[in-house]
Amino acid sequence: MFAGDQNGLQGDPRLKAISEAIRVVPHFPKPGIMFQDITTLLLDHKAFKDTVDIFVDRYRDMGISVVAGVEARGFMFGPSIALAIGAKFVPLRKPRKLPGEVISEAYVLEYGMDCLEMHVGAVQPGERTLVIDDLVATGGTLSAAIRLLERAGAQVVECACVVGLREVKGQHGLNGKPLYILVEPRQQINCSAPPVNGVETCRHDDLILGGNFGSPVNTTSKSD
Amino acid sequence: MLVREQLTMSDYRDKDPLIHGIQSKIRVVPNFPKPGIMFQDITTLLLDPKAFKDTIDLFVERYKGKNISVVAGIEARGFIFGPPIALEIGAKFVPLRKPKKLPGKVISEEYVLEYGKDCLEMHVGAVEPGERALVVDDLIATGGTLCAAMQLLERVGAEVVECACVIELPDLKVEDMEYVSHLGLE
Repeated sequence: MFAGDQNGLQGDPRLKAISEAIRVVPHFPKPGIMFQDITTLLLDHKAFKDTVDIFVDRYRDMGISVVAGVEARGFMFGPSIALAIGAKFVPLRKPRKLPGEVISEAYVLEYGMDCLEMHVGAVQPGERTLVIDDLVATGGTLSAAIRLLERAGAQVVECACVVGLREVKGQHGLNGKPLYILVEPRQQINCSAPPVNGVETCRHDDLILGGNFGSPVNTTSKSD
Repeated sequence: MLVREQLTMSDYRDKDPLIHGIQSKIRVVPNFPKPGIMFQDITTLLLDPKAFKDTIDLFVERYKGKNISVVAGIEARGFIFGPPIALEIGAKFVPLRKPKKLPGKVISEEYVLEYGKDCLEMHVGAVEPGERALVVDDLIATGGTLCAAMQLLERVGAEVVECACVIELPDLKVEDMEYVSHLGLE
């Protein structure tokens, strides 16, 4: 569900500002991908604060005791939300980063597989949890996160992302868990953002993808 | 770089109970990532909302009102502490990342590891000349990573006001360090 669909946030100017603060970087990490770069959002204090506040307003009264953030960009949003709602923060990490005993969950990438890990004992059975990441593409990473938390006996209340498509394409879905997204990915470079690799910011030709690079739903890709 | 002052927050006597509370939440994991290393695991601190909040509040109290406009966090555990501090003091947050993670144009700074080298990157345009910056990481060991971070910021004309870490390891080599503030946890 999108934040802007809801009664309280329809037409909320904060959402427009958040969307415009996100820079689109074409052909990263590979041709055809219009990368949604949230680092420019983090440079805009008001927009960054509004992002966190919108999530906090939604989750503060839901009895959530765990915010699980997916490495690495989930770490940029999750802790502030956790602190504001009085929850603990649990990092979900790539293999061999967490020092203690872990449980691991493998998931499928476009080519090959990856793995997400969580510390044993971080989450107790029955705890109500939120999963947070910057962006959802196919939902593969979020699905792995959900499986980790459920294996520890926790209840995943919702997954929250700053950016995501209206429909999570691909074979993953989210195990039936609700997904809350602030803004949709944009296809065009943000005119107010600094130039990227010498590309002028307001040029539209060859940025709107079609043909060789597949349908628009493939242009958003999840990386860490 | 000259060695200046190294400040331990536990020097502030009235903070001792808070500091002790934070310290007690950090788990030591022996022989990680390799034999002989006593790894300081801050993830257990993050599981205690009060202790985590106290950690952030101590840093915010120190840096609020000092006209710091940039908080730069070092991947990945600096991403956990940096943004809450940035949000509270009204600064922007700039992630300093391992190579090839940042999508836009970057500047890179190489640094020496025990065996080999690594590299830290920052987006061009993230920081303006003259901005006052804070560098945040969970832990300082040799200071190599923090030095690379400071170099990146200084190369774009920013002024590094201080480096802030939750933990300092006892055998810190203080050459090449400027201001380092830590919560006195060893």
